[in-house]
Amino acid sequence: MQIKDLFSKKKYATIPTERPKREVPEGLMNKCPKCGNIQYSKELEKNLKVCSSCGYHGRLSARERIAMTLDEGSFVEYDETMESVDPLNFPGYKAKLEQQKAKSNLMDSVVSGEGAIGGFPVVVAVMSFDFFTGSMGSVAGEKITRAIESAHLKKLPLIIFSTSSGARMQESILSLMQMAKTSAALAKFQGDGGLYISVFTDPTTGGVSASFASLGDYNLAEPGALIGFAGRIVIEQTIRQKLPDNFQTAEFNMQHGQLDKVVHRKDMRTMLTKLLDMHMVKEVSVSE
Amino acid sequence: MSELPFEKPLNELRNKIKELKSLSDGTGLDFSEEIARLEERCKELEDTMYRELTAAQKMQLARHHQRPTSLDFINAIFTDFIELHGDRLFADDLAIVGGIAKFNGLPVTVIGHQRGKDTRDNIARFFGSPHPEGFRKALRLMQQANKFKRPIITFIDTKGAYPGDTAEERGQSEAIARNLREMAGFGVPIICVVIGEGGSGGALALGVGNRVIMLENAIYSAISPNGAASILWKDASRADEAAEAMKITAKDLLQLEIIEEIVPEPQGGAHRNLEEQAESIKASLGKHLDELLEMNENDLIEDRYHKFRKIGQYRMAEAEAGQAIE
Repeated sequence: MQIKDLFSKKKYATIPTERPKREVPEGLMNKCPKCGNIQYSKELEKNLKVCSSCGYHGRLSARERIAMTLDEGSFVEYDETMESVDPLNFPGYKAKLEQQKAKSNLMDSVVSGEGAIGGFPVVVAVMSFDFFTGSMGSVAGEKITRAIESAHLKKLPLIIFSTSSGARMQESILSLMQMAKTSAALAKFQGDGGLYISVFTDPTTGGVSASFASLGDYNLAEPGALIGFAGRIVIEQTIRQKLPDNFQTAEFNMQHGQLDKVVHRKDMRTMLTKLLDMHMVKEVSVSE
Repeated sequence: MSELPFEKPLNELRNKIKELKSLSDGTGLDFSEEIARLEERCKELEDTMYRELTAAQKMQLARHHQRPTSLDFINAIFTDFIELHGDRLFADDLAIVGGIAKFNGLPVTVIGHQRGKDTRDNIARFFGSPHPEGFRKALRLMQQANKFKRPIITFIDTKGAYPGDTAEERGQSEAIARNLREMAGFGVPIICVVIGEGGSGGALALGVGNRVIMLENAIYSAISPNGAASILWKDASRADEAAEAMKITAKDLLQLEIIEEIVPEPQGGAHRNLEEQAESIKASLGKHLDELLEMNENDLIEDRYHKFRKIGQYRMAEAEAGQAIE
């Protein structure tokens, strides 16, 4: 080392001033779509896909919902292979169906079957927003109707988890009529004393909201779920006003008398079990 | 009568005939041959044009501002109509009208969506788009009909349920859903007549009948063709294309077994001749009502249930295409 080296200017490494964006590593981390909080996917899974920071209830596929809600190993699926036949020969519909099947690993927007919750046997139908935005065409309507009929026949309680953008346009009038079909089946089932618990999940709008989803003996919802008939944009255009942020949320709906209860996802199984229990007690001596 | 865009060539021809006639009157020249020839062509054009209307053209006729409304038909078909108001819960929604009347002497309950006749009337009636209180008023009248064993006749003519904040607050979804379920359970005959536009859930909320009949140029769909075009192709101007694709005409719906009968319209549409149109609706209503009055309460409920239960087309993958199980 030479003397002059001691006095030489220090060299600093250059650090780029622009920091790279907080990239979320695919699969490992997850960013909350509501508050932006980043959390480990494993943590999020453990938390039932509810954001630990803001409580946002992430959307679940039908299979995730079933695994989370029913007693382990109890689920037996109905009508697994039922699929749409593109009845109106609607432009682009067949290709879209194939794409949705591949994306979601489902045949259509409803998975139905029977199983148990807290030991109580039930018939369940669960909608999946990841198939065609949960829209209801002939297949969804038929599967819901068959689930209702099965509950009726077997004298079991019925639980439907809804999430849907409404009637499926590509089956137009046939989709619309599924609203009447499912509601008519409920008229029979409920008229005969059948128990139906409806659970709204994010989002449930249009023809599903305006048929079986609103007809529960008990109407529950997950926190923050969007529930309504018409879409926000259409309403804003009609009334020429901005709507408040909480418009059409589960809490808004409960405040306006449309829901019995808003139930956190971690409490849903317990709540359903309690409700089922209320209807199962057969013989009790009420005089002590 | 105000003309629709597709009727333009016809009207041009008519004007030419008129011109020639006045010319011949004024000058004393004889154009009778030309006039006869033009009149024949006019008649031909009229026949072919109205016989082969596209879905988009029917949509224009169904939405024609001079098209007869529910009240027009109620007054023309029934006697002794007593209009009844209100849902007993919140308000009287003028987008729905209803009451009791006599059909060939038989007391019935009649209910319909009501568009306005002019701007002021349209504002009062929300252009025929009901709020929840409208559907609940309809339900109240239907429950009353059920109690007094009166047949129910509904007229469907709406763009859809009103998309507003107050409608949502008061439970638009619930009001429609409840009507669907309750209509399924009434032990009296229900006949629904689609007279204009059958738009989505707001139309269906009066539409769960033993028989659903439709005027020749009426339309009925899950979403308006304009709405479908803007969602599917991000382009509302492609509504005509969507109208074709969505199968919204009476002919389509008869083929799909959604409706039982098409009621023919006077040439050029219902607005050309209200009396003639009312007569043909009345004839159809009478025929269906006769059949339904033969059934007991339970049969009526079962008949209606099966009508809707069988709607839908699907298949089991790698199996034969199926219809709904009975």
